[in-house]
Amino acid sequence: MSSGVRHFLLSISGVAAAICAWQVAVALSPGTLIPGPWSVARGIAELAGNGLLLRYVVASLFRVTWGYLLAVVLAVPTGIVLGLRRRGELALNPILQLLRPISPLAWIPIAILWFGVGDLSAIFLIFLASFLPLTVAAMHAVQNVDEVHVRAAANFGLSRQHLLRTVIVPAILPQLLTGMRIALGIAWLVVVAAEMIAVNSGLGFLIIDARNAGNRYDLVIAGMVLIGTVGLLLDVLMRRIERLDAVRWGYAQE
Amino acid sequence: MKVELRDVSMRFGATRVFDSLDLGVREGEFVCILGPSGCGKSTVLNIAAGFLTPTGGEVRIDGEKVTRPDPRRIFVFQERGVFPWLTVEGNIGFGLYRMPEAEKRERIAHYVQLVGLVGFERAYPRELSGGMKQRLEVARALAVNPDVLLLDEPFGALDSITRLQMRRELLRIWQAERKTILFVTHDIEESVQLADRVVVLSARPARIRRVVDIDIPHPRDLSAPRYIALRDLLFNEIGLAHQV
Amino acid sequence: MNDERGTMNESAGGRSSFIVHRSSFERVILPTAVAALLVAAWAIAVRLSGTKIFPSPLDVVRGIAALAEKQLLWRYIGDSLMRAATGYLGAVIIGIPLGLLVGLSRTLERIVNPLIQMLRPISPLAWMPLAVIWFGISNAAPIFLIFLASLFPIVVSTIQGVRNVPDVFMQAGRNFGLPFGRLVTRVVFPAALPRILIGLRLAFGVAWLVLVAAEMIAVDSGLGYLIIDARNAGKRYDLVVGGMLLIGVIGLALDSMFRVATRFVRAD
Repeated sequence: MSSGVRHFLLSISGVAAAICAWQVAVALSPGTLIPGPWSVARGIAELAGNGLLLRYVVASLFRVTWGYLLAVVLAVPTGIVLGLRRRGELALNPILQLLRPISPLAWIPIAILWFGVGDLSAIFLIFLASFLPLTVAAMHAVQNVDEVHVRAAANFGLSRQHLLRTVIVPAILPQLLTGMRIALGIAWLVVVAAEMIAVNSGLGFLIIDARNAGNRYDLVIAGMVLIGTVGLLLDVLMRRIERLDAVRWGYAQE
Repeated sequence: MKVELRDVSMRFGATRVFDSLDLGVREGEFVCILGPSGCGKSTVLNIAAGFLTPTGGEVRIDGEKVTRPDPRRIFVFQERGVFPWLTVEGNIGFGLYRMPEAEKRERIAHYVQLVGLVGFERAYPRELSGGMKQRLEVARALAVNPDVLLLDEPFGALDSITRLQMRRELLRIWQAERKTILFVTHDIEESVQLADRVVVLSARPARIRRVVDIDIPHPRDLSAPRYIALRDLLFNEIGLAHQV
Repeated sequence: MNDERGTMNESAGGRSSFIVHRSSFERVILPTAVAALLVAAWAIAVRLSGTKIFPSPLDVVRGIAALAEKQLLWRYIGDSLMRAATGYLGAVIIGIPLGLLVGLSRTLERIVNPLIQMLRPISPLAWMPLAVIWFGISNAAPIFLIFLASLFPIVVSTIQGVRNVPDVFMQAGRNFGLPFGRLVTRVVFPAALPRILIGLRLAFGVAWLVLVAAEMIAVDSGLGYLIIDARNAGKRYDLVVGGMLLIGVIGLALDSMFRVATRFVRAD
């Protein structure tokens, strides 16, 4: 058996074992509310059938995309400026540190106050959740630019702007992209949680609603599976971007 | 004098790196600055490049005082200086941003060939060996046609065989392009193999112990008596240079 | 780095030459000034907009003070801390050995990794319905969520820490005839410790975030509950904002304690 095949089999064996254990556990506890894997699979099919699956996934992705992209557009330049200007970092860092431990969900009352219950609130929460990690990632990336590269570029007579464009930006991309991947992961976690509390559609809402509206725990777990899958796909997508030629140089050989 | 160091002194906080260095380098000359580790020879080079401002004295190149980095005097770092996000072509062309496209391509091709990287134009530095990256950095430096090349222990990270090859390459390029070269090293053999003159620095606070003329014509025979004599001379100087 | 004018760091690599060192005087004054500015801007904005609902900084302080007097505040803080600590400690006790085991075995890692990758993107809060089935409406449900949330960073960073132990260490250990148990405790664990500590600190940050979210849903005490209840029971936004600030301050304090502790441990 070639090693590639072996790796593949090992990879799926863990998941397969977990599913089997799940089925066994459910079979062994009669009267439990928790459904087995097969019910969950049928639940997913049901959602696909009545169009809710697509609608909820799109709703969640929509919010994540807008909140996250808004955060990227604002946070990356901010982080770069903070990284370049030590004074800026010194001035703002303590405040950033104070805001960081406050869960984005703690902003829900304020979000609802300002934006009402709906998409805008959720997007605001995603934005909040992504902004800080992205700023910090950009800032650290700038600070970690190798001195040698900056000097070499200055040697060639580059103006400050030119240097920023042709050296700083390419140099920070690997680290920045890693930070962006992590921030996207955070955004995905927050959107689901936000939907459980403050919105009326999306995958998070599906979970809460399925339970409240009829103890449909098969749909609850189906929702969890969908959340996991979409989140994983987003992560894989970002990792693909990290493998582009202009960026790959920044990652140590794994 | 192409490059003149006049009464240059440098201190970092309370540490005196060197007081009052005087040195003149003629146009087209290959001068090695030789000294034990930590004596400040890299600092001298950084001051000459304009990356550092001396606490006393000044450096003049072509009569003009050095205050900032300038493309007329290019600093060659060890191979880590190449930009990893650019290809070989991208790196060599980096300083040519003011040049029209056709001329730029021609210039890049010329230097790719000069340093022997033909076939690797589209390669990224991570695909190159240490020696190739060093050659790439030299090509990038030469492409902007500087008057002066400042090399800071450029072959330090390479194995000894590659080092010998790189020295031969550097001399070939130097003879073809006749740049003024200031080359910092702690390797005695290297200095005798390469330089027209070797400036021996003592340990910190550094001063010029001796300037030795290497009057052997290129190509230099590493077993010739004159070579060995000069090398031994420098060995003794360096031995003394380790005492204050 | 020195304070010399425009000095650049000469050693290999290092920080960008755009950064110049500043005095510690500036380090304290500058952020304090900015913070004061922000608070002032907040107060002015509230005054100018004539809002009846959004609190001014003073309202927040007064609201929190009143709560503190009623002893309720301390109870809430205590409950939150207790839940966070319990869930977190559980994650540490299970996560580190698990991470060590998986990290040491390539095979185990290949088996377990896909599971981890699939479960990780599921917000801990999404486990709430299941948690309620298993534990009922009680403290245990949020504690379970916190446990789950902290588990992943701890396991992942432990695995990475073990993977990054240089082979030479393992070879040296075996060379000296160490049995497997000793190898793990004497060689692998200390070598992986820096990475593990980073994960522990990260995990606590996550725990603190999830705690607040969990308390907003399933319990009736704690800082997260304070925020949701203050709004629902009477639009007391002064308490909402006050609660947020408390969460930030306490979370920051705990994180700083972590940072000090890890530095202390690594010093030896």
